[in-house]
Formats: sequence, structure tokens, C-alpha cells
Amino acid sequence: MLRKLLIGTALASGLAFTAHAEDVKEVQMLHWWTSGGEAAALNVLKGDLAKEGYAWKDVPVAGGGGDAAMTALKAMVAAGNYPTASQMLGYTVLDYAAAGVMGDLTETAKKEGWDKSVPAALQKFSVYEGKWVAAPVNVHSVNWLWINKAVMDKIGGAEPKTFDDFIALLDKAKAAGVIPLALGGQNWQEATMFDSVVLSTGGPEFYKKAFNDLDDASLKSDTMKKSFDNLAKLVTYVDPNFSGRDWNLATAMVIKGDALVQVMGDWAKGEFHAANKTPGTDFLCYRFPGTDGSVIYNSDMFGMFNVPDDRKAAQVALATATLSKSFQSAFNVVKGSVPARTDVPDTDFDACGKKGIADLKAANDGGTLFGSLAQGYGAPPAVANAYKDVVSKFVHGQIKTSDEAVTELVKAIDDAK
Amino acid sequence: MSTVATSQIKLTPEHARPRASVRSRLQDALPKLVLAPSFAITIVFVYGFILWTIYLSFTNSKTFPSYVISGSRAYQRLWGWTFDTDPPSSWYTSITNMGIFGFLYILICLALGLFLAILLDQKIRGEGVLRPIYLYPMALSFIVTGVAWKWFLDPGLGLEQTLHQWGWTSFHFDWIKNKDFVIYTVVIAGVWQASGFIMAMFLAGLRGIDGEIMKAAQIDGATTFQLYRRIVIPLLRPIFLSAFIVLAHLAIKSYDLVVALTSGGPGGSAWLPSNFMYEYTFKRNEMAVGSASAVIMLMTIVAIIVPYLYSELREKPR
Repeated sequence: MLRKLLIGTALASGLAFTAHAEDVKEVQMLHWWTSGGEAAALNVLKGDLAKEGYAWKDVPVAGGGGDAAMTALKAMVAAGNYPTASQMLGYTVLDYAAAGVMGDLTETAKKEGWDKSVPAALQKFSVYEGKWVAAPVNVHSVNWLWINKAVMDKIGGAEPKTFDDFIALLDKAKAAGVIPLALGGQNWQEATMFDSVVLSTGGPEFYKKAFNDLDDASLKSDTMKKSFDNLAKLVTYVDPNFSGRDWNLATAMVIKGDALVQVMGDWAKGEFHAANKTPGTDFLCYRFPGTDGSVIYNSDMFGMFNVPDDRKAAQVALATATLSKSFQSAFNVVKGSVPARTDVPDTDFDACGKKGIADLKAANDGGTLFGSLAQGYGAPPAVANAYKDVVSKFVHGQIKTSDEAVTELVKAIDDAK
Repeated sequence: MSTVATSQIKLTPEHARPRASVRSRLQDALPKLVLAPSFAITIVFVYGFILWTIYLSFTNSKTFPSYVISGSRAYQRLWGWTFDTDPPSSWYTSITNMGIFGFLYILICLALGLFLAILLDQKIRGEGVLRPIYLYPMALSFIVTGVAWKWFLDPGLGLEQTLHQWGWTSFHFDWIKNKDFVIYTVVIAGVWQASGFIMAMFLAGLRGIDGEIMKAAQIDGATTFQLYRRIVIPLLRPIFLSAFIVLAHLAIKSYDLVVALTSGGPGGSAWLPSNFMYEYTFKRNEMAVGSASAVIMLMTIVAIIVPYLYSELREKPR
């Protein structure tokens, strides 16, 4: 029944389009970049496209992790009303590609040389069965600490190199009467922090086995149990009011100096920039203690839908603009992430950005570039959400011990596979 | 649906003559013609999609609907989760929350609504001003109610913070951040919104009671308490039933209130079955499980509504 409706709608819209076959000079974009730093970063792309004569039409949806946006997208696609492109994460791109609703950008990709310049780890998600279906916008990495420098100086702290150093630093902050750790008690934020904890506790090999390969033995291991113990330790340093807080409010606590540190992906840097703060003088960025040399990444991609012919030109313009070197540099400087192609010069980036670019290159060459499970780059959404459930229930006390957490994690992941 | 069917039957003359003129035949057909579009829409968009959902719950649908029947694995998983109490599975949390929320919400709304209605029925001055004040929360959407109460109950912003500033620093009320109590904050916000409406229903009922009965009881020496206990409340029985049905369906379809008020609560502890359905269908790409949970919600409603309809319709011929 729905199918018939869909076909009907598709036919009707097809007729409408053949009626006036002139190119539509408009890009319809579904995204959830609404907070200050993110919106500013997106304006760069809007400007670039305006120069080529393409109008920009937002299909905006509010909300941090993009859950609401994905629901809106599913409804749009089910109704046969594809946006030109949508911001997408990891396995979602592949899901939609498997459903056959994505366009094909291989021609543009060849012309622009994306095959060589985009890291192989990203191509796993942007290329489906040999066809380019998405344009990666950036590479974020998740294992960062964001520290307020004034507070750090006040308590006399130094860069923590190990997990124990980190705990000692948090103790110092607690003694000085500052909230040591700014955390938003939403499941994706808790799980994002746990990604780093696992990498720090078990090392790169362990992270890959447990969270990318979903290896049963690793998930069940004592190392995983130790990771949950470490997470429990970190959670004792958050303020009592953390439950349900948005990530950018937690970042604001660090910016204002109410809290010492936030464990968050590098999109947090965009918030520091929007508040006119400079790295080194106002805030510090360190790798999560014990994870230097490895990068847990996620990447924002613009998934390109199979739009009618009269909208293809706009789509190609969008994709080309997205992966142009100038935009990659300008955008990522503002957004806090690093470019999705390796041949972009790092001259315009700040200290944190330069470190991010160097780390990505090293991790890509050394094989320590791993997908973030919390961000949907480690495993398909069903597994990733089951993982977030367990971590969140552990943080909020429904799951009481690390032993129980490990058992639940194995069970939940098996069930969702 | 049944109303449509019965009205059609009523509107058809029982003694339709075979030699009816075109005009009268058209008149006979007119009600059917007028009702046909809404009937068709209901058939497709309510009953059709119910069947479609039931069908999907027996498939292996993930991100998108799939039409290959693959058995009752979705129901088996739900059944398994029903008994996962420690640590609570999301499904167990959802159905226990439904029990707590449904019971308290309906009970408190009925009690509070009746109480307010009785107070307002004392022929007090300014009733015309007071009545809409109680009734207006119902005009707000659940989202507005949820956000307002979220700010009010947030320990860092609302009530607790304000009382601390006024000097009562030992005051502590963090239910909205507490996994064991967050569902009660949903009850508070829900009751605030709906009790005024229930009050209006009871008030209408009270106004419909014959004053002679009351006077007779008073002459017989009934106290005010006895008057209400023995006469007024039994006479309000039909209102209780209508209010119960209104509240029961509001309780079962509550979704936006939980989202706006708690965003799901700490570790998903404020979920109701509707939140579970949405999460699994749209966020976790487990459409079969989501559909199965929707079917179970429907069955629950049917289990409540059908006995009610049965008893109501049976009383009609008397």
C-alpha cells in the first residue's frame, strides 16, 4: 500500500519535474549544525555556493547528535522527497546506499582526484560498491581533553600523561572548589567519553578488537571491566546536575571557568572559537591521557541523494565545493575538525588544529586510526545504540557494577548484531 | 468507527420502496456519499496501517520496511526483555513506567478534578474567572508543558535554586535528575495539564444533577459529606467513565511530555512504551521490534477499551 503511494508520489513529482526541465539553482540541505561554532562553519560553504549562483535552503532540525534529523530524513526519503544532500554519519550512509536512494558522484570524484586525497578509512563509508555516494566534510577526533587554562594555572596542574595523572589533576580541581569534569549526561556524550577511556585503558589493539571488530573475547575481558572501573572513577568528578545537559552547555562551563575539563570531540573547539578564545592562552587541548598517537575518528559526510536530473548540477556543485582545498581549510579552521583530504596545507590552523592534522596523518600511516563506536563509525547503529544504552545505564546507576556492565555489554551487542 | 457504521444504518430508511423516484434514491444515498471519503480515509490510515504494522512486526525490517516474513523473533526479544529486571532492560523500564504513570496520572487527575469541581460548584464569586484558569493548561501542547516544568524542576535553575537564593539552603528536590524518581515528575507535569480539563467535565456533571434530589437529601438530614458520598458521586458515574477513557488514552499516547521534560531521563529511566517504539523504529533501525512494541501497546488499549465499550453498548437498549 505504502509502496503504491510512494510510486504515485514519485510519478507525480517526476511529471512535475519534466514539465519544467530547467536546472534548479538551489541546494536543499538537511543538517543539525545549529550551535554557534557549527553554524558559523557552515556559513563558509553557503558563501562559496552563493558565488556560483546556487541558493541554499536549510532543512534544519535542532538537536546535538542528529537523532531528530535522521528521523526527518527517513520520513523525507520514504515520501520520495529527497534533499540534495544530508549530513550523515558512518553506517547511515551505507544503509541508505544499500536501499538504493543515493546518487553517484564517481565522475566528479575522478575529475577531482578524491580517490587519492581522501584517507582510506573514510572511503569505507563514502564509497559504496565502487560508487562515490557521499562527500566527507571533515575528520573529527574524539579522544581530546579541553581545559580552561586560567583554572589550570590556578590549581597548578600540568598536562596529564596517564590515566592516574588525570585523576590526580581532577582531585586538585576538586580541592580548589571547581567542578573538575564537565559532562552532559546524555547517552552519546557518556559513550563518547567511554571510547577514549577504553582506548586509554586497553591500548590501540584492544580498542580495535573490541569496538571495531566486536570481538567477543575482548568485550568480555578484564580490560573491559577495568575500563568500566575507570569510567566510574571519572563520573565521581561531575557535578550532581549533569544529567540531560547538552554538550555545548558543558563546553560553556569550561569556557566560563566553572569547570576544569571536558572530554569531548574536537567540535568543542568551535565553541571556544565562537567565544573568541585562543588555544594556548585561554584553553588547552591535550589528547585523552594514554591515547597519544592514536586517533578515534568520526567524520561528517554529506550524503548525496539520487535527485532528479534538473537538480544534479546543484548537487555536483555542492560536492565539488565541499571537497575543494580552500573550503576544506576554511571550514575546518572554524569547525574545529581537520580536513577530510590529506593534501590541505595546515597554515591557517591554530595549534590544536595543527596537532590534529599531524596526529591524523600519523595514525593513518601507522594503522591507529579507529572509528568511534559512540559516533557510529565502529559498528552499525543497532549495535552502537545498544552500547550507548549500557554505558548510560552504568553512568546513571541502573547497572551497578563493572562486572554487570561487561555482561550487559556483551549481551546487548550480541542481541543487536 | 462504530459511530460511522451505526449512523449509516440509522440514516437508511427501513421501508425503502422499490419504485422510489431518482430524487428520493439520491436522498437515500446522500448520507453514504458524504460519509464515504472519511470512511475510506479511516479504513486506510487507521485500520490499514494497523494491519501494516502488525505485518511488519513479523518481518525482519531494520532501517527500512522489509516484506519477508521471518517469524516472531521481535516478540520473543520483547518477551525476554520483559523479565530483565536487574539491570532493567529498556522495555522493562518502559512498561513499569507505564504502570506507574498511568495509575498515578489517572487517579490523581480524577481525584483532583473532582475536588476542584466540588469546590467551584459552591456558587462562589468569580467562578467565571477561576474556571478558565484551571482549564487553560489543557490548551498548551505537551511540549510547552514539558519545557516549562523542566526548567521549573531543574535543581540548577528552577524551584531549588530559587529557594536557595531566598535562604532555604537545605531544600533539596532533584527528582528530575534521579533515575528512580524521574517518572514522578512526568506525573506531576501531566496532572498539572489535565486535571483542569477533568474538573470541567465533573463540573458539567455536577451542574446536571437535579437540585431537588439534593434538597430532599438535606431535608432527610444528610450531612454534606454523606450528600457527596452517597448521592453526588454515584450520580457522576458516567462522568467518571468518560474521564477515565480520556485520561487512559492520554496516558498511553504520552510521548512528547517525556521527551520535552526529561529527554528520556537519566539512562533512559523515564521511557514510556511510546518512547521505546520511536527509539527502536527510528534511531536503532530495528523496525520489527518497534512495530512489535506498537502492536503490544495497541493490544493493551484494546484490553481496556473493549470491556468499556461492551458495557456501555449493552446498557443502551434498556
